[in-house]
Amino acid sequence: MIRIYVLLAWTWTRAAAQYPVSFALMTAGGFVVSGLDAAVIWVIFANTTSLAGFGLPEVLFLYGVSGLAFAISDLLFSNVDRVSQHIRAGTFDVFLIRPVSSFVQVAVDRFTPHRIGRTLQGAAVLGVALSRLDVPLARAWMIPVMVACGIVIFTAVFALGGAAQILLTDAPEVANAFTYGGAMLTQYPLSVYGESVVRGVTFILPLAFVNWQPGLYVLGREDPLGLPYWVRFLSPAAALALALAAALAWRAGIRRYRSTGS
Amino acid sequence: MIETEGAGRTFKVRGTVVHAVRELSFRVEAGEFVGCLGPNGAGKSTTIKMLTGILTPTAGRVSVAGLDPSRQRTALARRIGVVFGQRTTLWWDLPLKDSFELIRLLYKVDRKVFRERLDELCALLDMGKFLATPVRQLSLGQRMRGDITAALLHAPDVLVLDEPTIGLDVVSKAGVRDFLRRVNAEHGTTVLLTTHDLGDVERLCRRVLLIDHGSLAFDGTVADLRAMVPGETSIEDVVAHLYLNSPGSPRTPPDRRPADDPPSVTA
Amino acid sequence: MAGAFTNTVFGVMRAYVLIALWRSRPGLGGYDLADAVTFCFLSQAFIGPMQVFGGGLDLPQRIRSGDIALDLVRPASLQLWTLSEDLGRAAYLFLARSVPPTIAGALLFGIVAPAHPLACAASLVLGVVVSFGWRYLVALASCWVLDDRGLNTLSLVLTTFFSGLMLPLAIFPGWLGTLARALPWAAMVQVPADVYLGTADLAEAFAFQALWAAVLLGLGALATSAARRKVVIQGG
Repeated sequence: MIRIYVLLAWTWTRAAAQYPVSFALMTAGGFVVSGLDAAVIWVIFANTTSLAGFGLPEVLFLYGVSGLAFAISDLLFSNVDRVSQHIRAGTFDVFLIRPVSSFVQVAVDRFTPHRIGRTLQGAAVLGVALSRLDVPLARAWMIPVMVACGIVIFTAVFALGGAAQILLTDAPEVANAFTYGGAMLTQYPLSVYGESVVRGVTFILPLAFVNWQPGLYVLGREDPLGLPYWVRFLSPAAALALALAAALAWRAGIRRYRSTGS
Repeated sequence: MIETEGAGRTFKVRGTVVHAVRELSFRVEAGEFVGCLGPNGAGKSTTIKMLTGILTPTAGRVSVAGLDPSRQRTALARRIGVVFGQRTTLWWDLPLKDSFELIRLLYKVDRKVFRERLDELCALLDMGKFLATPVRQLSLGQRMRGDITAALLHAPDVLVLDEPTIGLDVVSKAGVRDFLRRVNAEHGTTVLLTTHDLGDVERLCRRVLLIDHGSLAFDGTVADLRAMVPGETSIEDVVAHLYLNSPGSPRTPPDRRPADDPPSVTA
Repeated sequence: MAGAFTNTVFGVMRAYVLIALWRSRPGLGGYDLADAVTFCFLSQAFIGPMQVFGGGLDLPQRIRSGDIALDLVRPASLQLWTLSEDLGRAAYLFLARSVPPTIAGALLFGIVAPAHPLACAASLVLGVVVSFGWRYLVALASCWVLDDRGLNTLSLVLTTFFSGLMLPLAIFPGWLGTLARALPWAAMVQVPADVYLGTADLAEAFAFQALWAAVLLGLGALATSAARRKVVIQGG
C-alpha cells in the first residue's frame, strides 16, 4: 500500500517538477500563508507575556507540533476531503476496480508536493520554540511521539470527513470546519477555551491528544481541567482508536456506496 | 466464472425504496461471450457494478472468478478488467503510455510480460501513433482503445464492458468488435458486454441476457431471442417488443416510450 | 450553509483566543472584552461580503478563456458593471453567510449592538467597494501575468493579515500597527467593525474608506484601458 502511494505520488511530483519556478513559488507561498498564524501569535505576545497561563515559547511549541503534524497529514491525505467530487465525476468507481485501497487512491490523486511549504513552516516554528525552551532530555522523547500521533489523528479526521461524504451524498461539506478548524484549535493551549470545548476535544474528538495533553508532560505543566497524570500518555491510544473508527467508517461508506446512475 | 443467485440491490430514493435489481440469478461459464441488454434504467449498470465490486448487493449472492466482489474487491480486481463506455479508467492528464506504465505498477505485472502484451495490444488496436498523447486530447475512439488495452494488460480472466461502443463511428466500432472476438477466441477470456447496440449483440454474443425492471427477462442465444417474438424479422423490433411487454412490470411511464430509448444500431 | 457553519466555528475559536488576551490585558487597544468578542464575530461575518479570502469575481475565468475581449469592447465600463454584480453578490452573502455566525456569537458569548446602525451599513457598503477595487486589480493583473496563483496567494496573505480579520489592527505593535491602519485592507474589516462598535471617528472612517475606494477604482480604470489596449487592439 505504501509502495503504491509513493509510486503515484512520485508521478504527480515529477509532473509538478516540470515547472520548477512555479513549484518554488507555490511552496514559498504555502510557507507564508501558514506562517500568518504564527505572525498572529507573535502580535498577541507583543501585547502580553502570558496567554491563559502560557508564555510565548510554550505557545510556539504547541503551535509547532500541531502545525507540523497537520501539515504532514495535509500533504499526504487531505485530498480525501474531495471524495464527493470523485463520486460525482464517476472516478470513484474507477478507483474501486483497481487492486488498491480506495482510500490510498483518493488520498494520492492530485498529490500536491508544494504543500511541503506548510510543513517547513511548522518545523521552523517548532525548532524556534525548542531552542527557547529548556526541555530536559528525559521528557524530549515525547515530542516525536506527539508529532506521529498528531499525524494519525488529523488523517483520521480527514478520513472521517471523506467517509461522511461517501455515506451522505448530499452532505454539506462541513468537514473543513473539523479538519482545518481542528488544526487552528490546537494552535493554542487548550486553557484558552471554555471547558465544554476542552471536554469535547478530549473525550469526543480527541484533538487534545495531538499536542495539548502530551505537551503538558513535555512542558511540565499542570492540567487546568485536573485530569489525571497518566492521561498525558494516551496519545497513541487516542490515535489508534480514532484511526480504527475512521477505517470502519470508510468501510461502511464503501459498503453503502450508491455510485451515480450510469 | 460469473454466478449470481437471487442478487438484489435496493436504493432509498427520497424516502421510498427502489429495487434496481431484484432476484437476479444467472451463471456464466469461463470462456463465454455474453451480451447484456435492457432498456435504460433496467438495472444493467447496477448489475455490472455488483459484479465488479463497486456496489454491494443488498440481497442474494454474487460470485466472480470464485470471489465475492464486494468482500474481496482488491483480489478480484487482479482477475477482472473493466471498461466503462462513459468514463475513462485512464489518467486524464498523463500521456497514454504513462497510464499503461502506472497500470503495470499497480497490478504488479512482470516487465517483460507487460512489454509483450502491450506490443501485441498496440498492434492489434493500432495505437502506436498516439501513445505519447495525453489522454484528454484523444478522440473517443482512441480513448476507448486505450481503455480496452488498459483493462487487458494484466491478462484478466474476465472482461466486463459497459457500453463500450457508445458514440463510436462505424469503423472504430468494427475494430473494437473484431478485437473483442479475438480476445475471447484466442485467450479464452470470459466477456460480459452491456450494450444498446444490437449490432454488437448479433455479431459477437453467443448468449444474451435481457434485464428489465431489475430482473432477468430472457436468457438464451440470439436465435432464441428472435424466436421469442415470431413474426418480427429485425432484431430491433424483437427487442423493442420485449421491452414494451415485459411481464409483471409496472406500466412504462410516458417518458420512456420507445421513441426515447430505441435499441438501435446508430451511434 | 457549510460556509456559515465554518465561519461560526472559526469565530468561536478566535473569540476564545481574544478573550484570553483581553483577560490578561483588559482594555487593550481601546476595546473592552465585549467589544473584542463582537469584533471577532463581525470579522467572520465580513468574510462573505468582502470576500476576504479572494474570489467572488468571474473575471479571472473570463480572462483565461479569452471572453474578456468581448467585455472590453463593450461601451459600458467593465469595472462599474462588475462592481454592481459584486455588490449584489455581497448582499446575498451577507444574508446567507454573515447573519448565522453573528447570531451564534450573540447566543454563545453575547455581542454588543451597533452604535450607529445606519453608519455601519454605509461603512459596510464602502468596505465592499474597497474590497472590490482591490480584487478587481488583482484579477485584471492576470492579463499580464501568466500564472495568477502567486498573485492570488500574495493577495490572500495581505488581505487576511492587514484587514483585521485575524486580530484587531489596534493591537499591532509599533510601526506595523501604523502601517496596517493606513493600508487599504483596513477599510475592509477593521474600519466597518470600528464603526459598528463606535470606537471610530465616523468622519475619519468614511473619509479613509472613500479615499481608498477612489484610489483603487481609479487604478482599476487605468488598468481597464490598458487591458483594452492589450487584449483588443493587440489581440493578446
